[in-house]
Order: sequence, then C-alpha cells, then structure tokens
Amino acid sequence: MNRLRAPHLLALVFGIAFLYLPILVLVLYSFNASRLVTVWGGFSTRWYAALLQNQALLDAAWLSLKVALVSASLATILGLLSALALARSGRFAGRTLFAGMIAAPLVMPEVITGLALLLLFVGMDAERGFWTVTIAHVTLTACFATIVIQSRLVMLDRSLEEAAQDLGATPLRVFFAITLPMIAPAILAGWLLAFTLSLDDLVLASFTSGPGSTTLPMRIYSSVRLGVTPEINAASTLLITLVATVVVLASLLIKRDALART
Amino acid sequence: MATGTPLPGRGWPAPRWLVVALPYAWLLAFFLLPFLIVLRIALSDTARALPPYAPHWTGWGEAWNFLQALDLESFATLLGDSLYLDAYLSSLRIAATATLIALLIAFPLAYAMASAPRRWQPALLILVILPFWTSFLIRVYAWMAILRPEGVLDALLRSLGLIDQPLALMNTETAVLIGMVYSYLPFMVLPIYTSLEKLDRSLLEAAADLGATPFRRFVSIVIPLARPGIYAGCFLVFVPAIGEFVIPDLLGGPETLMIGKVLWTEFFSNRDWPLASAVAILLLLILAVPLLAYQRFARKEAA
Repeated sequence: MNRLRAPHLLALVFGIAFLYLPILVLVLYSFNASRLVTVWGGFSTRWYAALLQNQALLDAAWLSLKVALVSASLATILGLLSALALARSGRFAGRTLFAGMIAAPLVMPEVITGLALLLLFVGMDAERGFWTVTIAHVTLTACFATIVIQSRLVMLDRSLEEAAQDLGATPLRVFFAITLPMIAPAILAGWLLAFTLSLDDLVLASFTSGPGSTTLPMRIYSSVRLGVTPEINAASTLLITLVATVVVLASLLIKRDALART
Repeated sequence: MATGTPLPGRGWPAPRWLVVALPYAWLLAFFLLPFLIVLRIALSDTARALPPYAPHWTGWGEAWNFLQALDLESFATLLGDSLYLDAYLSSLRIAATATLIALLIAFPLAYAMASAPRRWQPALLILVILPFWTSFLIRVYAWMAILRPEGVLDALLRSLGLIDQPLALMNTETAVLIGMVYSYLPFMVLPIYTSLEKLDRSLLEAAADLGATPFRRFVSIVIPLARPGIYAGCFLVFVPAIGEFVIPDLLGGPETLMIGKVLWTEFFSNRDWPLASAVAILLLLILAVPLLAYQRFARKEAA
C-alpha cells in the first residue's frame, strides 16, 4: 500500500482541485484588464493601482490589522492561561463550566455570539468601536488558541520539568526555562490562528463595531453585495498571499523546531 | 496528565489562582453574561425606542418587577408565524444535505491521503488545511464570480458546448450547498484523515488473504475504524452550517431561507431586538441536540 493507486490519485487530484480552483480563478481575474469578470482583456495590474487610491478600503484594512494584532496577542495570553488551567491546574471549582465556556464559541453560530456581545455593550453603555470589536474577537479566538496550546501541553514530557524542579529551580524558572520554550510552536500557531480568524471575521465585527469603525471584511462585504468587482479580487489576492506566506513560513519554522528536538 | 502535579505555588509571582481566574473572569463577563442578557431581552416587550426593547433592567432589588415584566410575546410570534418555523426547518435541511455531500467528497480524499506514501502526507495535509486559513468571506466571494449568470462556470461549460442556456445557479439553494461544502470541507477531511491514518494496514492485508472482496474490506474494516472521524467531521460541518449567515446571504439570494439570515434581518433591518433574541435562544436549543448526541457518542467511544 505504499504506492499511490489510480483511484486514490484521482481522489487527491479532484479534491485538491476543488479546494484550489475557485481561489485560482479569483487571483487570475484580479490581473484582468477588463472590468467584466468573464471577459479576459489582457494582463494588467490596474486594479492593484486602484486599490491604493481607495482610501476607505485602506482605512478599513489598517483598522482590521490593528484589531487583529491586539486581539490575537490578548487571546494568546488568555489561551495560554486557560490551557495551563485546564491541563495543569488539576481540579478546581467550576472546572466543568470553564471547559464548557472554552468549547462553546467553537460551535456557537457567530450571529448569536455577535448579538449577545452587542446587547452587553449596549447594556454597559460602551462606546462601540475599536475596543468592542477587539473584545469580541478575543472572546472568540482565545478558545481556538486554548485548544491549540492545550493539545501541546498534554503531550509534553513532564520529566524535564520534574528534573529541573528536583534540581531546585523555582516554578517560575521551570516555566520560563523549560515549559515555555517547549510549547513555543503551539503558542505561535495559536497566535496565528487567532490573528487570521480576527482578520477574517465579518459577523462579530458587524454587530460590535460602531459608526466610523468599519473593518476590512465589512468593507469587502458591503461592496461584494453589490456585485463582483476586480478591485475586490485584487484586495483578496493580497490578503490570500499575506496569510498563505505567513502560515507556510510558520509551519516550516515549527517543523524545523520539531526536527531540532528529535 | 490532566490530574498530574498542579503548578506549585511556591515562587510563583502572581498567585496561582490567577492562571484560572483571569480567563475565567473574561469568559464569564464576555460569554456567559451576554447570553443571560439575550435571554432577558427575548422575554421583553418590543418597543420602538433606542435601544429598542423594554423594560430596562434596573437592579437586583426589582427582581419581582422583573419577573412580572417577563413577556413571552416574542416566542409566541416565533412559533405562530410559519416564516420562522420554515426558516428553522430549511436551515436544518440545507445543513444536513451539505454535511452529506461534504462527507461523500471528503471521505475518498481523506482515504487517498492516508494511503499516500508517508513522506507525502505532511505536504498533502498542508494543502488541505491552507484554504481553511484563507479568508472565509473571500472563498465565498470566489464562488460568486464562478456561479453568477454569465460567470466563469457558464462561460466554461458554454465553450465546451455542454450548455447553451446559462445555468442560473446564483441565488439558489444549490449555490448555498456548493458554498457550504466548499467552505467546510477541511473540517470533514481532517478528522476522517486522522482516524484513517491510524488504520493498521495489516488488517486489510489479512482480510484480503482470507478472501474478502475490496468492497467487503471497505465496509467491515475501513468504515468502522473511520467512524470516530466521520462523526466528528459531520458534527463540525452540520452545527456551524445551521446558523450560517454569510453563505446564504451572498450565494442564496432572497429566495433561500436560513435562520442565521432571519436573525440578522430581524436585528439590523427590522430592529426587533426581542424577536432576534428569541430566534437566537430557540436556535441554541436546537443546536443542543446534535451537541449532546455527539458528546454521548464521544463518551461511549472513550469507554
């Protein structure tokens, strides 16, 4: 069974093609000189130039980037703490509720989470904008970060930590010298996941943002509803390239790190 | 491991309980509390005001007034108007269909991945995961360009001479199904791959030596061993698909009725917050069914 047989190859080719062809078409038409989406008018980068003139889109991209950076960092800290709480703190009061609240946002429809958070912010009389969107994103993405970090923590060989402890290292020292470096790839992966989820989110942001704080997905959504435009194709291509580069680089880093450890 | 030695308190600068308390407090404040508010507002009167609901929550001292003011009007509307029931039912039907199609596409893919040479597998895994990292909204948008009238698919099929009329797939339930299967496919492939990857090949060889046909080997060895992955994949596709908003809104047009879209419209267009909240509460109750069923399965599997 070590050689690839024809039906398997067919399944692989069909599956991968299904996953990638739509994205490929989107990227291809971002270089189309014609405004019509089905007519190929020759190669052009005019839509990328047009992007640079679109101040509303640039502002939205900048806001999304800020929200994603801040919310991913906060979510990773919360995720690390939650993972430690779940994997290392043994039993504590209310552990079941805690584990439930960590898992819930993963299956909760975003429209419900968004509605719930908005009602909270309205009840608190909070001014809606950067911070309300950021808080919403932290709440959603911290759960994903927790799961990534926790799965690494429970697989960890405890003997190194115990050895360090036996040699007299303080728990803080053990954590920073042994535990943290060993789970660093998972922390990075958790941060990346939180970052891309935040950058991508439309529904939570639509509920929790206020006037004047339109994120990039909100901007894309409102122009996409009016129809397909090559300019959005260009913006999407840039976004896809950015995320794919970061993810591939990170997975190479993690792989190298894993190889270095074996 | 979960019950291993806890983090010792000695020398820990912040008290150890802070590790638990900080995320706990965050989730209570920004996850649990908001849901209690949704429940409260679902039981309020609709008011044409800002915020558009009444009465206000004015403090714990008014617990009795609070109970008296509870109002089931929104739930009565929800159950009385067939629009909402239809939306719930068609959400369930569309999500179930999408789950089934995703399973049919994902299983051969996952099986082929698991049977591929070992050294290919990490690369194949990255290929399947990568689209999941790219923006959900952008992937749905990509299908708009393909499915729209005179779009890429029409142009392709026409140039191949397969059709002479536009397919008119955009703004139909078929478009929603395509969008859902496409967006959620990695969620189905990954758990099935994980369970198939652990499959012991020698079992298949033994069965073949004993004269089992390929079909028989598939049904009595591969399927049972892949069951945890299949269940997990179906759960991960079915549940988010029910409450999906972006896909039916962008690909389904006004004809496709799904409950996530109804909630959005009630909230943003009709500004009926109590009704939107009631829609959310009922949706949560419906989602609890597959959730509990899956939990029961997982517990049985673990035992």
